[in-house]
Amino acid sequence: MPGRDRWRRRLLPLIGGATLLFIWWALIAIFHVRSFIAPSPDVVVTTLYNKFAMLMANLAPTALEALCGFAVGNTAAIFVATVFVHRKSVEQAFFPIAVLLHSIPVVATAPILVLLLGNGLAPKVAIAAIICFFPTLVNMVRGLESVSPQSMELMHVLSATKWEVFFKLRVPTSLPYLFSALRIAASTATIGAIVGEWIGSQVGIGALIIQATYNFDSALLYATVLCGSCFSVVFFQVIRLIERKVVRWDTGAATTT
Amino acid sequence: MATTPAVELRDVTVTFTNDRRAVTALERISLTVAEGSFLTLLGPSGCGKSTLLRVIADIVQPTAGSVRVLGETPAEARRNRHIGFVFQDAALLPWRSALDNIRLPLEVGGRRTLPEGAMGPEELLSLVGLADWKNALPHELSGGMRQRVSIARALLGGPRVLLMDEPFGALDEITRDRLNEELLRIWRETGTTIVFVTHSIYEAAFLGQQVLMMAAHPGRVREVVSIQLPEPRNVSMRETTGFIEQAAHLRAVLENC
Repeated sequence: MPGRDRWRRRLLPLIGGATLLFIWWALIAIFHVRSFIAPSPDVVVTTLYNKFAMLMANLAPTALEALCGFAVGNTAAIFVATVFVHRKSVEQAFFPIAVLLHSIPVVATAPILVLLLGNGLAPKVAIAAIICFFPTLVNMVRGLESVSPQSMELMHVLSATKWEVFFKLRVPTSLPYLFSALRIAASTATIGAIVGEWIGSQVGIGALIIQATYNFDSALLYATVLCGSCFSVVFFQVIRLIERKVVRWDTGAATTT
Repeated sequence: MATTPAVELRDVTVTFTNDRRAVTALERISLTVAEGSFLTLLGPSGCGKSTLLRVIADIVQPTAGSVRVLGETPAEARRNRHIGFVFQDAALLPWRSALDNIRLPLEVGGRRTLPEGAMGPEELLSLVGLADWKNALPHELSGGMRQRVSIARALLGGPRVLLMDEPFGALDEITRDRLNEELLRIWRETGTTIVFVTHSIYEAAFLGQQVLMMAAHPGRVREVVSIQLPEPRNVSMRETTGFIEQAAHLRAVLENC
């Protein structure tokens, strides 16, 4: 029965999650793990409840940095991809450099950006933007170029201009590619903001993680990490929701039919 | 005074360069298509029949020789929207409904209005028998229905020359028979000139008033055969001895290619 099947699919992950929580709780209790090494799940929940206001006050700047970085990085990537598709020589000149910059780990670029941009919002936004930029650039270029030869011939027979080809054909064709990059970017932008806060920041999820670790406050550390990942999941789901509203056609046959 | 032919090719040669090797796709093709007539192009794969169609539509430029479409150059005829083109796969835009796909020619190429007396998108959708499907997305339509939509799109604006590149090649035989009959009806109702590429002997003989038979390597005209069948034609005529004899003749010519 499909109705019963749906319930199973919703219920079983909950049972799985509860089982893992129980094992976590049992391990802490059986082996008498001390609270500065790892907290019991019930202590984490209590901390979440007691320090909720403080956790939210620290989540706010991180969320702002992640959202700004997401917007800046993806906008830049879409713009550069548009230029690359229309000017092949620019792509050939700069794409290898983009690959090179991408191969530098974020943890290494973060201190450089903090030195350059100071200790405010700017370096965190920049790190989040940089981390989003490359996957979106690659996917957007691929999406804009995945137009079928017959569609291009059709546009030629209709005497369409370059801009009409771009907006009527290339951009819609690229949307499924763009959204799969944006979904990844939603998670990575959050990571970028947190990593940025590790270096000399006083507020934010990243700063709180460092403070909790130095104070051996494992319950607060776990609660902070949980807040950060909850934000990341919500961000991801919002992008997925927008994708479902925008990309309504069958993308498997997008280029052939 | 002789009327201007719909299509006139004189000594058209097309050479492609592949890996520094020149390949002659078409060699000294000359042909005349009278306005309002139905010509089918028949030949083995590699004989350049699709290339010939693309030369007429200004998609491929001839290396030598001259091409006139309604007395104009192919580029002028294309810009004046005298040419409609139907591709092998329907080449519909998957994010647009059936009706919006038919409207595409009014959104690009600087033509926002229909010429006086030309059929509108809704009328054309009825002409191809899909009045009830105007809001359906391409992936919700069958292969035959998609091809009907693409024929309606090609007919928007009342082109005087309709070029069709194996439009029914990927369809099952039953659908193909029905669309063959429908195409003849549309041809009679619109009075447009049709040049139709196929590799099916029966389709070529059933549709064409004349069949232009081509040979491969290099692509050249083998023979032009006039088909004698009572008008209006219907699928049951394909069982008559008259039709079978003419098809047998086409086969004999093809085997000597």
